[in-house]
Amino acid sequence: MGIMIDKNTRAIVQGITGTQGSFHTRLMLEYGTKIVAGHTPGKGGISVLGVPVYDTVEEAQGKHHATASISFVPAPFASDAALEALENGIRTLVMITEHIPIKDAINVMAYAKEVGAAIIGPNTPGIITPGESRLGIMPAHIFKPGNVGMASRSGTLTYEIAASLTRKNLGQSTCIGLGGDPITGLNFIDALKMFEKDKQTEAVVLIGEIGGNLEELAAKYISETAYPKPVLAYIAGRSAPPGKRMGHAGAIVMGKAGTAESKIEAFKKAGVKVAEKPDDLAELVQT
Amino acid sequence: MRLFEYEAKTILTKYGIPTPQGGLATNLMQAREVASKLKSPLVAKAQVLVAGRGKAGGILFANSVDETEKAVEKLLNTQIKGIPVKSVWIEEKIQSKKELYFGVTTDRFSRCYVAVASATGGMEIEEIAAQAPEQIVKTAINPQHGFQPFHAKQIARKIGYAGSQFLELAGIFERIYRVGMDYDTELIEMNPLVENDGGKFVAADARIIIDDNALFRHPEYKRRLLEGESELTSQEVEAMKNDLAYVKLEGNIGVIGNGAGLVMATLDTIQYYGGKPANFLDVGGGAPAEKIATALNIVLSDPNVKTLFINILGGITRCDEVARGILEAKAKVGVTKPMVIRLVGTNEEEGKRILTEAGIPVLESMEEAAQKAVDTLKGGGK
Repeated sequence: MGIMIDKNTRAIVQGITGTQGSFHTRLMLEYGTKIVAGHTPGKGGISVLGVPVYDTVEEAQGKHHATASISFVPAPFASDAALEALENGIRTLVMITEHIPIKDAINVMAYAKEVGAAIIGPNTPGIITPGESRLGIMPAHIFKPGNVGMASRSGTLTYEIAASLTRKNLGQSTCIGLGGDPITGLNFIDALKMFEKDKQTEAVVLIGEIGGNLEELAAKYISETAYPKPVLAYIAGRSAPPGKRMGHAGAIVMGKAGTAESKIEAFKKAGVKVAEKPDDLAELVQT
Repeated sequence: MRLFEYEAKTILTKYGIPTPQGGLATNLMQAREVASKLKSPLVAKAQVLVAGRGKAGGILFANSVDETEKAVEKLLNTQIKGIPVKSVWIEEKIQSKKELYFGVTTDRFSRCYVAVASATGGMEIEEIAAQAPEQIVKTAINPQHGFQPFHAKQIARKIGYAGSQFLELAGIFERIYRVGMDYDTELIEMNPLVENDGGKFVAADARIIIDDNALFRHPEYKRRLLEGESELTSQEVEAMKNDLAYVKLEGNIGVIGNGAGLVMATLDTIQYYGGKPANFLDVGGGAPAEKIATALNIVLSDPNVKTLFINILGGITRCDEVARGILEAKAKVGVTKPMVIRLVGTNEEEGKRILTEAGIPVLESMEEAAQKAVDTLKGGGK
């Protein structure tokens, strides 16, 4: 079970011939992910780790009929590659790439909405359903199969928290990196909806950070729908000054908007337990 | 990237958006020259990239060329919120009848641009939203079709205009949106957009923030940001050139980590234990030795830093590589300050061995390490 991907998911890798693309293709194959084709314009005809590479997604799809794609394409060309994937039948698209312009991301999200596709990212470590499949760059050994669903705006912080859950024998159903950019495909509410339907998921961990109001909207959703599974959260950036971008393009307090305090307060009001420190989350899940 | 007011107004003029007549001065001779071509009364505005410039004394008024010279002299010799003033924008003062607000920003939830207008302007939009929410008109922009002329007209009507004024205002809205798209702005804001006593609209102040990730499409501004004047500190510029994310903070514990969220959480944990972080620095994934050295250099160039806390969670990043990087950096940079290192993840054992053999203790838990970094300072810096 888990959400969005499982061991039968057929995926292509866009930007497979690059350093990152080929490195992570190897790790994904080792994990058991079904990588059926690669895409790099100008490199069609070769193969990478036994995976055939095509010049266009159209050609790849003609032979392999994938439903998912993971993209390592550099930022200036990333939206073109994403639109190409969507136009050729990809319905789950993981955009690993960081530094994609907002305008480009907005265009991709609009097209995804039109064709009914789900985008994970950009600027994400990807998604993993432990023990089944992963479309991402996360270190697989810190995850283990279990009943905690995770959705996060941050990469390494997800690893930190997943590792501490795993140490306490709390495995995960699926972990989604929503992405550190201001405009991303899936948000917390989308993740909550999917975890609600997933039988394997018994509790949901949300890892937020400063910037925007998606945590506040998630809190509102949780209280309005009387969300049926326990939700726990951690928010990074309590000590961040306003007007400064904290690494992620999306992590910025503008004036008084997007502060950690506002998010923590909203979650607490909605009955979500909020951890003071990342290490405290595992204990909150246990109680 | 924030644009200076003079840069923003130069762009607006190019797009036919009315702005007050004005010019830039970096010295007194230029100030006289600019002022002599303009019609008094004049306004001299310090070109600094801080909010609340007016209240901080960065805007002065003048009624003659001599007075303008004095105002500019005063501004060039002051600091606005700690930032030295290098240039002053001099413009004709507008006789304002009404102050409006118009801006284009992004809506994260709807994943689109949104136009925001208000019949009340001149103060921060959050403040308007708090005081007079009914005045605010928000229009989500469909990315497939963009901001259409009819959208502009609907907004102009909703904020109370009719006739030729309504058409003129709608035209200005359209052009502002076009600037936003052409320059990849994450925020473009006319506040206030003034209706003058002749019933004409003028962008009295303009704020443009270009999406940093789109700067590759706007090389002239990227050059200015990295090589010319900018709101960034020298450390921030150095970090940006080396593809590191650095933010200067007020404390004395220098922080280096991998991943934005983890570094933010590190700062929060330091604060939780009563310490004060000196900076945010994210080295990113898979940082090689030289990058760690550069990061150490940047953090240590802040004289407030009394101790260092390096927090690495090796996922794809290998701990042994990081350990070698730290040693290499230590030898190169000559670090004498106490270091607290937390290193876990891939090849953790090897990484620990390398550092321990070099006499640098390594911790496993972020909490423990944060506490130790804070304690290092309490012990009088040792």
